Amino acid sequence: MKVALMVTCVNDAMFPDTGKAVVRLLRRLGVDVEFPAAQTCCAQPMVNTGYLDEAVPVVRTYVDAFAGYDAVVTPSGSCAGSARHQHGLVARRSGDPALEKAVADAPPTYELTEFLVDVLGVTDVGAYFPHRVTYHPTCHSLRMLGVGDRPRQLLESVRGIRLAELPGAEECCGFGGTFAVKNAETSVAMGSDKARHVRETGAEVLVAGDNSCLMHIGGLLSRQQAGVRVMHLAEVLAATEDDAEQVPTERPVDLAAQQSAGRTDAIQHGLEQGATS
Amino acid sequence: MSATFVGMPPFPTAARQALADTQLRHNLAHATGTIRAKRAKVVDEVEHWEDLRLAGAAVKARALADLETNLVRLEESLTAQGATVHWARDAAEACEVVARVARSHDVDEVVKVKSMATQEIELNEALQAQGIAAWETDLAELIVQLGDDLPSHILVPAIHRNRAEIREIFRSKMAGSGRPAPDDLTDEPAVLAGAARQHLREKFLRAKVAVSGANFAVAETGTLVVVESEGNGRMCLTLPEVLVSVVGIEKVVPTFAELDPLLRLLPRSSTGERMNPYTSMWTGVTPGDGPQEVHVVLVDNGRTRALADEVGRQALRCIRCSACLNVCPVYERTGGHAYGSVYPGPIGAILNPLMRGQGDPQVDSLPYASSLCGACFEVCPVRIDIPEVLVHLRSKVVDAHREDRVPKAEAVAMKSTAWAFTDARRLAAGERLSGLAGRVLTRVGKARLPGGRATAGRLPGPGAAWTGARDLPAPPRESFRAWWRRTDGGRSEGSGQPEQSEQKGGE
Repeated sequence: MKVALMVTCVNDAMFPDTGKAVVRLLRRLGVDVEFPAAQTCCAQPMVNTGYLDEAVPVVRTYVDAFAGYDAVVTPSGSCAGSARHQHGLVARRSGDPALEKAVADAPPTYELTEFLVDVLGVTDVGAYFPHRVTYHPTCHSLRMLGVGDRPRQLLESVRGIRLAELPGAEECCGFGGTFAVKNAETSVAMGSDKARHVRETGAEVLVAGDNSCLMHIGGLLSRQQAGVRVMHLAEVLAATEDDAEQVPTERPVDLAAQQSAGRTDAIQHGLEQGATS
Repeated sequence: MSATFVGMPPFPTAARQALADTQLRHNLAHATGTIRAKRAKVVDEVEHWEDLRLAGAAVKARALADLETNLVRLEESLTAQGATVHWARDAAEACEVVARVARSHDVDEVVKVKSMATQEIELNEALQAQGIAAWETDLAELIVQLGDDLPSHILVPAIHRNRAEIREIFRSKMAGSGRPAPDDLTDEPAVLAGAARQHLREKFLRAKVAVSGANFAVAETGTLVVVESEGNGRMCLTLPEVLVSVVGIEKVVPTFAELDPLLRLLPRSSTGERMNPYTSMWTGVTPGDGPQEVHVVLVDNGRTRALADEVGRQALRCIRCSACLNVCPVYERTGGHAYGSVYPGPIGAILNPLMRGQGDPQVDSLPYASSLCGACFEVCPVRIDIPEVLVHLRSKVVDAHREDRVPKAEAVAMKSTAWAFTDARRLAAGERLSGLAGRVLTRVGKARLPGGRATAGRLPGPGAAWTGARDLPAPPRESFRAWWRRTDGGRSEGSGQPEQSEQKGGE
């Protein structure tokens, strides 16, 4: 099977470690994934902001880059959703029957956890990650793709991990692409509640399948000095005991100690100011 | 009532005000949270809920696919049963019909059943201008009317008010329009409802003319249906001599049997009840029983415009349950007034632009008032794919500006981003520049994200919309594609730059 990695523009330009983690993980599982260098972006930023004409050449670039592969795998629920649910719309808009056919004939695009569980049939990927983790199911992976409990099955098989349940997990974090800047205040209000729930879990690491959402929630957590870092699911699954340098070595933050020192109120205060400013 | 949505600012501005209203935030979080949980519980107990949704969507889709035939049939059935049918192209025509009926009976007041269509056409204001008082009898609508306020929710128009505020409104305003609130009024819900009951009863017993909407209108039989919780609607529909019902043309259902899935979907989706307490049905005039003069005003007011939109027409399936409002994280935080319409929330964000078209900055801002999280589609009882319609309407807003002589900054940004995304070499060049910036930021910047990666600091201009409240990571020194090329996809050590830990920002 010829498998292509669609790394996504956000990961390519901002989070290359996530792409490297997918490569390491898939090689470990016997998949020699390739990176078609002609790829750029799934065109979702244009489509979701209403720029359909502008999305046409980007979708053309996408289908050209991945033509001839048996499967495309991507560490993003949102971009997989775009490829599966929006490219047809853009192709119809183009009025170009050749593009419509190219989109229809494109190889299937799988979100990473779908590829691991459904295509490779694995849930234990041999990962080791001795940290307290909470998982946020991103909206497009949850509701557009319906990945269900696949990420959870994968995480539960990670050795050393301590999984904490995230309250209100299925509620949107407020990122929403250009929504995050066009309606910044509302976006931050939503993200503040998500960040509060993350802190309530006492987790050291917030994990999700979309770095765009993590950039938003992580940006809020960082501004609050919350002592919680964000990490893409692929990086957790790529980490192994043998691959020691991949296991982050930062000391866990003792949230309980912070709470007893009264810091939570200060954080909460800063959070609400951030939400309403 | 002089409050109006006319002149409301675009959503981001209105939302900013709403977000700062702590009482509103608190009331809405509590109210939507409660109703969400109730809905989830009663939906979970229906074994074939998804099949029921499909059936409900199919009924409404059938009705809309042959709207003309169904409406003509409805008119024939109604006329045969002794009702008078009026057609109204817009709000002004619809209001005029109601005013004419009221004038013909020489009345200076009418009682009203809760109705979205009459709110939409601003009937109360139109009647007031002709010296006719329109009394809202639904408890929440009464609260809104007495408070000289605007509705903020389809089902619970006073959802933004808590019981302390309601007590204050009753104490200070009831006397101005009839029986005053009792002196010992408390904020206990039962006491507040009791005061409203006393206040309204005098109006029910006095009124000669009632005005209603309808949840459904059956073409086959000419039967109108009102679904409600309080019984005030039943009072209006049975006591007065004259009844005028203002009905949007999308309310038509071909046959009586097809009400079945809709009447099962609606209460569970809206109030979170298995069955609503009152379902009133009437078919024209029944001699000696109920109103002896029955009028039905069939209103377009933008619905045929919505119907002409191939993607958007599914919004006309809406049965006004408001499940999408209650589940929407944006609505929960901004409330209904921020949408500038009697139809707020996700359904309002598509219905208003579909019915009113593009060009008004307030209406044009609505399709963007969503993070596209998809929770609305998931709960919609008639399967309106609201995110799909939102994206479609965004493209109509963009298309309406394609001929602008001075393009918006957003359009310039999108066009240049698309240009870079059209050719990987252009993207790689951009990434080399951002990598350079990343190196500088990592060296000079002191702030670190949890985990150690450098931040991009506080950005100026449009970037401030992000960094005002959120840290942004500094770009990595090397993009993924550059790493792949340099190391042959990690198979070799490569040369020059370090491979690992760019995101962690360490030198």
